[in-house]
Amino acid sequence: MPVPAIELKNITKTFGRVVANKDVSLSAYRGEILALLGENGSGKTTLMNMIAGIYYPDSGQIMIDGNEVVIASPKDAFRYKIGMIHQHFKLVDVFSAAENIVLGLKEKERFDLSKVNEKVRQISETYGFEIDPAKKIYEMSVSEKQTVEIIKVLYRGADILILDEPTAVLTPQETRKLFAVLRRMRDAGKAVIIITHKLHEVLSLSDKVAVLRKGEYIGTVLTKDTNENELTEMMVGKKVSLNIERAEPKDPQDRLTVTKLDAVNREGVKVLDDVSFVARSGEILGIAGIAGSGQRELLEAIAGLQKVGDGSIIYHDPKTGLDEDLRNKTPLEIRDLGVRLSFVPEDRLGMGLVGDMDLVDNMMLRSYSKGRSLFVERKSPKTLAEKIIAQLEVVTPSTSTPVRRLSGGNVQKILVGREIAAAPTVFMAAYPVRGLDINSSYTIYNLLNAQKESGVAVIFVGEDLDVLLELCDRIMVIGSGRVTGIVDGRTATKEEIGLLMTKGGHSEEEAHEEGGEKHE
Amino acid sequence: MSDLKNMDPAPEKAAAPAPAAEEKIREPLFHIVKRADIPKLKAWGIRFIAILLALLVNALIIHWLTGLNPLAVYKSMFDGSFSTKRKFWVLLQNTAMLLCIALAVTPAFKMRFWNLGAEGQVLIGALSSGALMFYIGDKLPSGLLILLMLGAALLSGIVWAGIPALFKARFGTNETLFTLMMNYVAIQLVNTMIAIWVPSGSGVLGIMNSKSNNGWLPTIFGQKYALNIIVVGLLTVFMYVYLKYSKHGYEIAVVGESENTARYIGINVRKVIIRTAALSGCLAGLAGFLLMAGSAHTVSSTLAGGNGFTAVLVSWLAKFNPFVMILTSLLIEFLQKGAGEIAQAFRLSSDIADIATGIILFFIIGCEFFLNYRIMFRHKGKEGK
Repeated sequence: MPVPAIELKNITKTFGRVVANKDVSLSAYRGEILALLGENGSGKTTLMNMIAGIYYPDSGQIMIDGNEVVIASPKDAFRYKIGMIHQHFKLVDVFSAAENIVLGLKEKERFDLSKVNEKVRQISETYGFEIDPAKKIYEMSVSEKQTVEIIKVLYRGADILILDEPTAVLTPQETRKLFAVLRRMRDAGKAVIIITHKLHEVLSLSDKVAVLRKGEYIGTVLTKDTNENELTEMMVGKKVSLNIERAEPKDPQDRLTVTKLDAVNREGVKVLDDVSFVARSGEILGIAGIAGSGQRELLEAIAGLQKVGDGSIIYHDPKTGLDEDLRNKTPLEIRDLGVRLSFVPEDRLGMGLVGDMDLVDNMMLRSYSKGRSLFVERKSPKTLAEKIIAQLEVVTPSTSTPVRRLSGGNVQKILVGREIAAAPTVFMAAYPVRGLDINSSYTIYNLLNAQKESGVAVIFVGEDLDVLLELCDRIMVIGSGRVTGIVDGRTATKEEIGLLMTKGGHSEEEAHEEGGEKHE
Repeated sequence: MSDLKNMDPAPEKAAAPAPAAEEKIREPLFHIVKRADIPKLKAWGIRFIAILLALLVNALIIHWLTGLNPLAVYKSMFDGSFSTKRKFWVLLQNTAMLLCIALAVTPAFKMRFWNLGAEGQVLIGALSSGALMFYIGDKLPSGLLILLMLGAALLSGIVWAGIPALFKARFGTNETLFTLMMNYVAIQLVNTMIAIWVPSGSGVLGIMNSKSNNGWLPTIFGQKYALNIIVVGLLTVFMYVYLKYSKHGYEIAVVGESENTARYIGINVRKVIIRTAALSGCLAGLAGFLLMAGSAHTVSSTLAGGNGFTAVLVSWLAKFNPFVMILTSLLIEFLQKGAGEIAQAFRLSSDIADIATGIILFFIIGCEFFLNYRIMFRHKGKEGK
């Protein structure tokens, strides 16, 4: 029995009353790829951050090659040859790849860039990277930046590598390349740990899978002995049906016609370029694209929150039968027509809800101004809050808890619940399941489906192509603010969409670049 | 995951130097952990200990610097507020004025509009009501004059806070600097007016209408300051209800929390900014009027006495709760009175009083850290309570 490269024993870490990790013990061996699987909020990143020296455990031990060690800072982690590639890159934009790689090193050689370049080239050759050491970071695509991060830790001699959700920002093609590199690292005898919540990645890449659930260690299984259903059950704790029902659209009618829409953002960069499409009632229109390709701006433009240039957004009002151009309307007027936007992950609390306010106050964000009283009326929002808690199984101590205290899934249920309660005719959701656990995700999918079946035009911006393909009737792909294709959700393939994602109208390079910059 | 990260924005710092590799294993001496909500009783316990420690440290420093008996010093500190009936009423009056200004800055602060111009808004309110008293103080019946003075004070306060708000809403200027600068304009305006009004060039206006008492607020319950105190008391209740139960208060909270959300739900952010800043200035103007008509009956550039800034502290210490502000303003006035008394009784420089006040505030504010974080010392095995 070989000694594990890294072994965690009874690690516990709490933040306030949140227990991020509870008594977790697990091991990773050299020459193996270990997938650390768990839903969002299950404590994967926290656990790995303790190995990387970013957090310090409340209790428990970390052993490296059988010796107990104390990792109190990232410097200590480097000394033990641990390298972590974080989800958000930590690179200096105006430096070249090589400069970023040697940044922070003490050795003399950091001043000898030709030597550095040579070493970078060697590392690249060994593992099959494609990188130009002289290229500046700001000229790079997301996947190139990631490569720089990986080389950075290899350059420092890391032989225990931790990657935090490395595929979240990559296209299917780029993901495949990354996986090839990781396999080569494994074959070179390194211990590789990859944090993920995507099952098909786990199954195609890893040798072993360790599962965390709500901060607790559930178990480790050999990848070859397991399957999607078993892993899901380990992650969630109960059997989950992974099918989304997709009904045929009933009597679809044009509800929203967007024609040749242009928009620039505050920095003057063009974010929407000649966008045209139609959203129909009783249908889910999916929008796919690399993060930051203009999805957000498009929805905000329809909701009246983003200034638009040329083009038109025509709303076909089902009540009056009239056509209204939303372009010149305020957000309030647009909402009164029944166009509603449920918002994005990082902005659920920054736009759709107010984090420090409790459930009741958040319910009345939309309705507080109704009536002529000088005072707010909290009775009906309280009833609404209670209704949503009951219907969507929101876990909360009470209706007077600030929403910031709730988990991501519950926050999103409250937001979506509130928006749906307002009986929209167009319902737009941007990344509504990002950060949610599997059960909550399926609750949201079902809500979207129910909206569709009741004749609402649903626009769904998603990032998981598998889900988009299962849920949507049509999928519009955007790259660099342009529509690169609209495909049928029932017949399209992942590869097809992946290709469209990178097309973007300009060169492929540029499409990546813009995507990457906005993502960060 | 991101939720968890947000719980702990600052990466934890290990205190002890990291051990050399392969050496004996040593945990860092201590590390800092964020607390869960702590029970109210424990929180008050921590605050109580903080005040005790502050008094102890103060006692040592006073003894070390002056050789005096700290207990005697503390006794005279109490005397500053409670030794005579008059001193007690002055304490209440000063507390009411400080509280009034604190109530004025609170809605602005809740909206994250950093109104540092309360000092100037108070002054300009006092100046405009003083101008009326100076020019038409004996031509109108007292009641009418008082109403006019009140109106002028409120209006000028609104203008003084409204100008920076207008610029912030329209051009996105920084209100912190703008409101701060408006203080100096107000101070110079007061000095200029006094120079015009007082031909002797002494620069001191003196008490106005001291014979006729025209334009003076009436004495009730036989107490000169009682009306002021009642007005501020009512204002406290009003502000609590306004912030908590009114639509305006709700809008202030939303705009302060996130302008994006406000825009998303269709709040007119500009309007709310201007309206709230105007309210803030209006109440500061009211404080100026109360000072002018209710107690000082004169105007000088030091009339507000720095309370425009102290009020910020009062408001923050109370976490913007108007009722808690009664306590915090009382505490601060008590400390200041006590400090003044110490300086007088023991013939010390008033600096020692400032030192003592500073130490007490330092401990009170510093204990907030221990309310939010827990320090865990190195030990193996079980973790502490």
